[in-house]
Amino acid sequence: MGYGSVRTSYDRGLKQTVDWRLIGCYLALVLIGWVNIYASIHSTEPSSIFDLGSRSGKQFLWICISLVVDFLVLFVLTARFWEVIPAASYLLVLFLLVLVIFVSKDVKGSHSWFELGPVKFQPAEISKITTSLMLALVMSRQGFRLSSAKDFLTVAAVIGIPMLAILGESETGSALVYVGYIFVLYREGLSGWWLAFLGIAILLFILTLTTTWWISLIVLGLLAAACTLYCLHGSRSRNYRRRIIFRALLAFAAGVVLIFATDFIFNNVLQDHQRKRIEVLLGLKEDPSGVGYNVRQSMIAIGSGGLFGKGFLSGTQTSFGFVPEQSTDFIFCTIGEEWGFVGCLVVILLYVYMIYRIIQDAERCRGAFTRIYGYCVAACMFMHLFINIGMTIGLMPVIGIPLPMISYGGSSLLAFSLLVFIFLALHRQECKYF
Amino acid sequence: MEVNRKNKLLLGLAAVALVLLGKLFYIQVIDDSYKKDASNNSMVYSVIYPPRGVIYDRNGEILVGNSVCYDILVTPREVTSLDTVALAHALDTSVDFVREKMQYYHKYRSRIGFQTQTFLKQVSVETYIKFAEQEYLFPGFRAQVRSIRDYPFNAGGNLLGYISEVDADYLKTHPEYRSGDYVGRTGLEAAMEEQLRGEKGYHIFLRDSRNRVQSPYMDGSEDKSAVPGKDIVSTIDAHLQQYGQLLMEGKVGSVVAIEPSTGEILAMVSSPGIDVDVLTDIGKHYKEISSNPRKPMFNRTVMASYPPGSVFKLVNGLIGMQEGVLKETDSYPCYKGYYYSGNHKLGCHAHSSPLMLKDAIATSCNGYFCYVLRNILENRKYSSTAEALDKWREYVLSFGFGRKLGSDFPSELGGNIPTSSYYNKIYGKNRWRFQTVVSLSIGQGEIGATPLQIANLAATMANRGYWYIPHIVKDSENYRIDDKYREKNYTLVDTTYFETAVEGMYMAVNGGGSAGGTAFAAAVEGLDVCGKTGTAQNPHGKDNSVFICFAPKDDPKIAVAAYVENAGFGATWALPVASLMLEKYLTGEISPKRKYLEDRMLNAKFF
Repeated sequence: MGYGSVRTSYDRGLKQTVDWRLIGCYLALVLIGWVNIYASIHSTEPSSIFDLGSRSGKQFLWICISLVVDFLVLFVLTARFWEVIPAASYLLVLFLLVLVIFVSKDVKGSHSWFELGPVKFQPAEISKITTSLMLALVMSRQGFRLSSAKDFLTVAAVIGIPMLAILGESETGSALVYVGYIFVLYREGLSGWWLAFLGIAILLFILTLTTTWWISLIVLGLLAAACTLYCLHGSRSRNYRRRIIFRALLAFAAGVVLIFATDFIFNNVLQDHQRKRIEVLLGLKEDPSGVGYNVRQSMIAIGSGGLFGKGFLSGTQTSFGFVPEQSTDFIFCTIGEEWGFVGCLVVILLYVYMIYRIIQDAERCRGAFTRIYGYCVAACMFMHLFINIGMTIGLMPVIGIPLPMISYGGSSLLAFSLLVFIFLALHRQECKYF
Repeated sequence: MEVNRKNKLLLGLAAVALVLLGKLFYIQVIDDSYKKDASNNSMVYSVIYPPRGVIYDRNGEILVGNSVCYDILVTPREVTSLDTVALAHALDTSVDFVREKMQYYHKYRSRIGFQTQTFLKQVSVETYIKFAEQEYLFPGFRAQVRSIRDYPFNAGGNLLGYISEVDADYLKTHPEYRSGDYVGRTGLEAAMEEQLRGEKGYHIFLRDSRNRVQSPYMDGSEDKSAVPGKDIVSTIDAHLQQYGQLLMEGKVGSVVAIEPSTGEILAMVSSPGIDVDVLTDIGKHYKEISSNPRKPMFNRTVMASYPPGSVFKLVNGLIGMQEGVLKETDSYPCYKGYYYSGNHKLGCHAHSSPLMLKDAIATSCNGYFCYVLRNILENRKYSSTAEALDKWREYVLSFGFGRKLGSDFPSELGGNIPTSSYYNKIYGKNRWRFQTVVSLSIGQGEIGATPLQIANLAATMANRGYWYIPHIVKDSENYRIDDKYREKNYTLVDTTYFETAVEGMYMAVNGGGSAGGTAFAAAVEGLDVCGKTGTAQNPHGKDNSVFICFAPKDDPKIAVAAYVENAGFGATWALPVASLMLEKYLTGEISPKRKYLEDRMLNAKFF
């Protein structure tokens, strides 16, 4: 590859400025995805892995397109570009997110796909990129402080508005990913208590559904008391104590409201299929032919893989359509069945290492913009990873979101490639100067 | 390591990864149950269909048997080359058919994958042999043997019923069936489905990830063989049934014959009916059958509710005697009818007058029975006509009218006997009286009865006061019928009164035409036939013709009811049909003297 001219024009070489290990992980995951898409369809659509009529062939095409885009982003476009466009692109995508609700066809109840001839894409996929860029822009401004109410509300709006639009498209899974931005906010100074509150809220919700309200109430009371005592420990200022107790009472009251609203939220706010999925996950109801079927078949496929798997193209579960959506949302089943625990371990470690590298690189950057954007990328990847794999092994309710880089689907692959390579480009620009 | 937010987040990441890996390790390595479930999924169950039970008639003739045909199967993925013309020729089908099928498989190839499809259903043995000789020319194609229904006797499609592949609606209500199963839909096939169907078996094979069958699972030790369906003996007399169908050809109506001493149904003809020829492949003929205005699928014997007409006078006479408002010797005048409410008259035909009960039955006098019903309904014992009517209804129901008899034949209708509240609703409470409902006295008006119920009346008369629930399945080695079919059902009328009514029926047939007997044509020498004609007014056209009879008088072996729609007097059409069947059953042939009747019936065709 003729990078010679590029190399001479900078102080540091490509070896130092580009995180090749990250790119290696990315390429490995893309390749694993492609091979497993082929494995998941080969029995119903037996053909060459390159057959453009089949899903593996189409994925190959998208991989090629993505690699070209990756190259352009990393080496041709100047990274400054990404610091200029956030506001405009954020608004444009927001417009598309709303527009798609009205112009798209109903696909299993959701309105999220644009169809332009043969090309279909989900604005929700790009929205992750633009929201991350916008967040990075807003939070890297001079004098930005999360503790100021104005800044906090701005950030909440930047995250919340696209999230609401996506909820309006009935793409609950994609909307849930936005919850991950709370980790970015935490890194940038949000009180750890918010994370704790989020965790406690989820815990109370589940507890109320599976047991009764008074058990939840007792747990809430104990937690609130423990937290209050922890905060009060060793403090002398009366003013401070008063503030802590006031806040604790506020949090406790919010918890009580949540407990008593749980049934209402569960029965009136959630849609039918969402309610069912949660019921199945929590073991409240058996539904072996409906939602339960998917999860059960998916767990059978993964579980039957054993330690080393059944071998490439030898899975019986994933190839006969026992597992639904096997090349998209449930692709992890194919990996689990044919490559076993070892295969799963490799894939999960690749993701974890990738996220780790992104965080490390982000931390090394001087500019807040790159750092915040990096954390956004890491958070998105993490949420997708956790929700998707958690769903296939019965740890999460069935939520239809893809496994980054691996699941079949052009717009998803392209979106994740952009997400990662914009970070790589920003990071490379940073590295060039110090 | 420094405790900062970055590291806390990394720690969280590691924790989540560990949770995921832990759960994966548990289900993949520690817990074995998922592996077992997976082997269930990769086992192929190849179903073995059991032969359906055979249906015999009461004399051991096979009504419904089984024969063999072949389905041609194809695995489209394995079709490497195909000579379309040769295949069409081998299977006696058109080239276009083959082409269309192959195009269909190509279009849905990704959905079909390696699965095997049914290419052509129910190929005859001759065609199969032709195909088998050239099978090697058509890779991917093979034949599979299948059992289909076979009908050696034309015993009527409505009676036997048909079987068909279960559809989605049926599966919803019957979860024990699987798609591809066949189920009895009507007639005997439906009534005895549980006995006839048998139990499916299966071979278990293992398959690989390309859906190719590798080997029998555990050398076939876990296979289950099919249990053939149980054979059923029907109460039907195949020859009588066939003869009844012949007589009813070209007429709309029903004939039902019952053995009075058991309640066994000897014949059950609904005309027009479905020919057994179309039963095997009813789907193909379904459109033609359902578009026929005479509704051949409609089993009139149990599903049509008609006014019974004059045969119902027997019931009214018996109730009158039981209630003490009518004595055998009571005589009433009749001058061509009964006058009520001033100038209104319920007409009658010419006969001697006044007359007594027996003669009134023999001549089927309308006027007489108007008096009878008036006596019943205006009985001082009861506070009102309404109360008397409800008492009357109670009697009528004890004859098996106005409710389902409880036969083992499916889709039986209950018919209708009006209640006082029914009239109250129409006319208002206490605003109707005997004159309002006068037509009930001659079996008209709001009365509706199925031919099976009318035949049951004939059997009740023959038994002098009791009946068995008419049924169509006999006891046999394999099957014991319900005890309710062995129970005598007594009417609320004392059996002693029946003798008078039977005498009247005897006189109707054997009293001689000059004495006014309406059914003299039914007389057969040496058989002591008893009968009662009926002509039921039909609001939709010409009168319906009704006749019930039984014989011999003192030891009845058969009771018959015939109901011919829109055919005029009972004596003209229903009588010959019923009496010919009776004679055929008892003597095995038609006496030369009555040949003319048989000829007339066989030649008379209304459509």
